[in-house]
Amino acid sequence: MRRLSRLLAIAAVGLALAAVWEGYKLIGQSIGPEGGPSWLPVATDDLTMPHTWDILAAFVEPVQRGRSETLAVFLLRSAWFTLREAALGFAIGAIVGLGLALIMLRSRFLDRGLVPWINISQTVPLIALAPIVVTWGRTTFLSDTQAVSLIAAYLTFFPVAVNGLAGLKSPDPASVELMRSYAASWWQTVIKLRLPAARAYLFPAFKLAATLSVVGAIVGEISAGVRGGLGRVILDFAGRYTTGPEKLYAAVVAAGLLGLFVFWLANLAERRAMRGRAVELS
Amino acid sequence: MRTNTATAEPRSGGRWWRLLAATLALALVAAACGDDDDSSAAGGGGDCDGVDEVSLQLQWFAQAQFAGYYAAVDEGFYEAYCLDVTILEGGVDIVPQQQLASGAADYAISWVPRALVSRAEGVDVVNVAQIFQRSGTLQVSFADAGISSPADFAGRKIGSWGFGNEFELLAGGRTAGLEPEADYEVVQQNFDMQALIAGEIDAAQAMIYNEYAQVLETINPETGELFQPEDLTVIDWNDVGTAMLQDAIWADGTKLGDEAYDDQTTRFIAASIEGWAWCRDNADGCVDVVLANGPTLGQSHQEWQLNEINALIWPSPGGAGVMDQGLWDQTIDIATSEGVLAEAPDADAFTTSYAEAAIELVGDLDVVGDGWSRVEVELRENGD
Repeated sequence: MRRLSRLLAIAAVGLALAAVWEGYKLIGQSIGPEGGPSWLPVATDDLTMPHTWDILAAFVEPVQRGRSETLAVFLLRSAWFTLREAALGFAIGAIVGLGLALIMLRSRFLDRGLVPWINISQTVPLIALAPIVVTWGRTTFLSDTQAVSLIAAYLTFFPVAVNGLAGLKSPDPASVELMRSYAASWWQTVIKLRLPAARAYLFPAFKLAATLSVVGAIVGEISAGVRGGLGRVILDFAGRYTTGPEKLYAAVVAAGLLGLFVFWLANLAERRAMRGRAVELS
Repeated sequence: MRTNTATAEPRSGGRWWRLLAATLALALVAAACGDDDDSSAAGGGGDCDGVDEVSLQLQWFAQAQFAGYYAAVDEGFYEAYCLDVTILEGGVDIVPQQQLASGAADYAISWVPRALVSRAEGVDVVNVAQIFQRSGTLQVSFADAGISSPADFAGRKIGSWGFGNEFELLAGGRTAGLEPEADYEVVQQNFDMQALIAGEIDAAQAMIYNEYAQVLETINPETGELFQPEDLTVIDWNDVGTAMLQDAIWADGTKLGDEAYDDQTTRFIAASIEGWAWCRDNADGCVDVVLANGPTLGQSHQEWQLNEINALIWPSPGGAGVMDQGLWDQTIDIATSEGVLAEAPDADAFTTSYAEAAIELVGDLDVVGDGWSRVEVELRENGD
């Protein structure tokens, strides 16, 4: 029952958003010329704002004349391609992020020294970095898709490192003292005390990292021109916006759904991992 | 003495930890099993001592603009010249001549002015085959706007993509004595025709093989039918005399002179010319090749595009890929007078010797294409 009511709520908000879209369009078109009055922030003609039902209809139209594959199936295949790049990026990012967190936990010196660099890393615009990574990849052994995964990893390691370190430091001094009184080694303390305590910090970071990995993969594809994923599809349809804006919207919707999907996966993993946590706290 | 782990530990952290490890492993496996399709053509033709692996960097995605190269791959022309060619598509941040110079690609397709800007910055790239003999850039307006020559720009809003795409237009305006900003307004335009159709600008920049067709694939709200060529007025920079050379094959200047690279370059150009000649003589089959390589591309749009690309290549009076000195000089004149280049490039910036050797190599293939003429292409809505 709870699940049903939740789905109903999501559907209701979705419908409300569509109604706002169509309502804005309708009002704009009824009080002005085709595109609506010029003081509106977004023109309301079909080119700028295609009807929601036209966007939905685009999903079931063939992706190319004379081919039986629909746009929906094509987008699904593209999403699977992007998901694989994102998954590899997420895995690398999570491992690197956790590794950095452990290094910073271990060494006070590196803790001080690394943090500003980690922060700087995220202020470098991704589009500046992407061509460099792709060129590196091509002059070595990396394929373009692996280079894209590295770009995704670049975005994902950050929240894992930052939250991971906070989580590893989160046990109260008494617990750390207790471990010490057992003569537990540094690693034993990490594994038995710090990492379990870090869960509450890590999983929110994983959720963020999962969606970021999709963003990174899509941006990387767009930047490097990798064929097969959603980024390429978005760029492709953006270039032909005039002759089919609803296709671009459909591709953007697909990218959003992929982000939602990985968030849901991370959420699921969190629920499993955190099971019994409430008992533990008491 | 070794003390055992704490027995008073609140709860084994092992399970979630294993779960995390399993998730990461799964992600790695999923990603790894995905990295499959690096299908290199199996072996070369029978007469090859060895097959050279060659990569070609495009400026943009698969579309009929690059049809000849795709056809040369799919129809086995490269293979016949003992080449295993990988085509690298362009992206937003990919600058082909930089990819070439960095060693990430063996050859690159680039417009002449852009590659020469890189060359002026010290990137040693050399034009070894001038495939497009004409410029595909137009300035398009609605017929009722009355903009049929650059003189009509006066006082109007003229769209341009910028980023180096504006120089034919600016030079064209100057032929009529018009200065940008003083005599007409240059408006930054997106890479689509929305601003023209919405009436935000009076004339829009368009490639004859892409954006111009996009207008003709759009419904005219006044008639309920597609826009027709007679609804539009076109200024062709080739006619005005301010055209600049576009798609050419560029090679790595640091490697030219090396015997193996020279030989490979000649074979690469020869097979590419064969690909383009095939696309000239088998337009339908060539469009199929393009569509197979670009699964979202519109069929009629690509038919149109190939037709117009053929018109940019054929006829090639000096033979396909051979530079027309007059057009090169015109390109350089405009580039220097518009400030794109500080000075004319050195004499090594292009060479016709590889293209000429390639023409020798392809034998009795028609490399001029005098007999070719445009076919009639019917565009459908949205270019489908």
